[in-house]
Amino acid sequence: MDFGLTDDQREIQRTARELLSERAKPERVREHAEAGTTDAELWRELSELGWPGIALAEEHGGQGLGGIELSILCEELGRALAPVPFLPSVLAATLIDHAGSPEQRERWLPGLASGEIKGALGSSSDGSSELVIGAPEAGVIVLVDEDGAGRVLEAAQADVTPVASIDSTRSAGRVGGAEEAGDPLPGDVTAGVDRALVAVSSELVGVCDRALEMTVAYVKERKQFGVPVGSYQAVSHRCAQMLLETEKARSTAAFAAWAADAEPGRLAEAAAMAKAAASDAGREVTASAIQAHGGIGFTWEADIHWLYKRAQLDAALLGGAKRHRARLAAILADHAGAPAVG
Amino acid sequence: MDLTFTPEQTAFRDDLRSWLAENPPDPEPMDGGDDAHFAWRRDWQRRLYDAGWAAPSWPAEYGGRGATPSESAIYFEEMGRARVPFSANTLGLLLGGPTLMVWGTPEQKERYLPPILSAEEIWCQGFSEPDAGSDLASLKTRAVKHGEEWVVTGQKVWTSGAQYSKWCMLVARTDSDVAKHKGLTYFLMDMEQEAVQVRPLRQITGEAEFNELFIEEARIPDANVVGGVGNGWKVALTTLMNERAGLGFALQIRLRQLLDDLIARAAGQGLLEDPLYADALAELHVRCESLRLMAWKGLTDAERYGQPGPEGSLVKWLWSDTNQRLTELAVDIVGPEALTAGTGWSYEFLRARGNTIEGGTTEVLKNIVAERVLGLPRLKAAA
Repeated sequence: MDFGLTDDQREIQRTARELLSERAKPERVREHAEAGTTDAELWRELSELGWPGIALAEEHGGQGLGGIELSILCEELGRALAPVPFLPSVLAATLIDHAGSPEQRERWLPGLASGEIKGALGSSSDGSSELVIGAPEAGVIVLVDEDGAGRVLEAAQADVTPVASIDSTRSAGRVGGAEEAGDPLPGDVTAGVDRALVAVSSELVGVCDRALEMTVAYVKERKQFGVPVGSYQAVSHRCAQMLLETEKARSTAAFAAWAADAEPGRLAEAAAMAKAAASDAGREVTASAIQAHGGIGFTWEADIHWLYKRAQLDAALLGGAKRHRARLAAILADHAGAPAVG
Repeated sequence: MDLTFTPEQTAFRDDLRSWLAENPPDPEPMDGGDDAHFAWRRDWQRRLYDAGWAAPSWPAEYGGRGATPSESAIYFEEMGRARVPFSANTLGLLLGGPTLMVWGTPEQKERYLPPILSAEEIWCQGFSEPDAGSDLASLKTRAVKHGEEWVVTGQKVWTSGAQYSKWCMLVARTDSDVAKHKGLTYFLMDMEQEAVQVRPLRQITGEAEFNELFIEEARIPDANVVGGVGNGWKVALTTLMNERAGLGFALQIRLRQLLDDLIARAAGQGLLEDPLYADALAELHVRCESLRLMAWKGLTDAERYGQPGPEGSLVKWLWSDTNQRLTELAVDIVGPEALTAGTGWSYEFLRARGNTIEGGTTEVLKNIVAERVLGLPRLKAAA
């Protein structure tokens, strides 16, 4: 049993955090969020570092690393709320990589790995999609439906209507067009989606971690009745609860990231646990962060609302906590034995 | 990251598993009351002792196997999985022994450690008092020195196993003129004296796991001071830090088994297809699994970096809360039968109420997390 990161993984984490604390400062995130623009310069920079292709094979221009490394980057980009379509792009790449045909992989992965092509992944039913994060700027869009079928649409085939979501740090859109549009993914779409869920869960862990960090800093500083509000147990216990939720999400996301590569037989269960825990944590922790900030937390001026909004979109992406608990219950039903306690 | 056991750990687990399979404890006695039940646990510990399995985490020089913290966790997981009873002298094995190993004199180690291991001498813990619960350092039991011995008067509470114990890990005030943490001393008190009276404390389950101790001029030789006069708080912290380390893994496996039972029951009633029950059971599953992951992460980080992460307090908090939710859901699923006195579920349901209080209340754990992990300012306590 070893939950530790390797030296190389730590280095990736450290580099990412340092770079993003420089390049994705809160004021820059705000600038892009208010203008509704992607930070093209940052995207170019992290593409040059090879981040979008971190988990893709070298033959496709990736770095040939694994799900754990991808999770590390997702978490750091989530912490920073970086206004780039990293998550949607790696989600599309994950699906094409794990469920695509050799031709599909050959066609799309090199561009996705280099960052030249951006991707997006969304759920669809009856031919139209839910809100797809990153769709307006995507060169390739993967749509999956509840039956476990998936298809790849190049931008020209997809009828994308940009939609402003509450999270303006990233673009979003609705993808229309005929139900049969696009190129079906021949492989195991469900397993690909499970890997995608791990990436989303990791981003949520980063969002929670940042929300907690900002909240702790705030309640130490903010004084009422002559003392820091963080010395009141009503406030400090709320912060403790935020940590508990964050650690639940972190531990299940770590397990799922590990299982994706090392124990695929438990991936479905692990991914459902991770997404259920992370979706709940993301919503609860960021809501608590607003509450603990008091009136200022409800203002546009404070940065905490960007985290709250990002958490809502991520929590809903590819199914919320309840949907994943329903999946888990079905898995549990398959394994249920006979009761022993009377 | 590698969430599997190493070959050495797997071998350790398999050794223990096969020993347990070949040497199961006798069936739990249904008659004979508490005494018969305790004798059964004592007999079980003796068998573990004979096979070298009573306390694998103890160093070999004291009769253990020098097991690593991970192996020790595996030990408790396997004991939980095999549904064997807790050893009669659990407090001696987990708390008393390790405390002596850190603070005891060579003579004390030689005298006290072997009979802890063999269950020849049972130990109990005399820390809490009626007016000193979470605020342990405010305890009032006094020890005054007369020549070569100490005379102790006071009252202790929540003392499990006191009626069977030979030795009590007693913390008493030896100096009232210094700050409250500084005036305490840690003693080993002989329970076999008239001056120590044990009264069972009946809890909401109807059983008496705990006792009250009434101490009226009990005598303790000076040689039974552990860690030096006035150093009792530090020694007590060593005991408390050991309190949850191992047992947590056994409790967490029992929670898992209880949940598996409940899921099986729900499946049998078709309730896994009912979205409300399915959602609640799946949430318990997530909690149960993240609990195990967090416990292992805390342990392995401590092994690797020498520093435990924030997990210790979080794990106990999450475990107790989850066990309460689980047993409440069991009442919904099993129905009134789970409220029928004498059934397993009714016992689990009532016993779970104590989980958020014993071994650190959830409120105290939240304070610890807020202050020591998050670094929030400490609430100013009344003087």
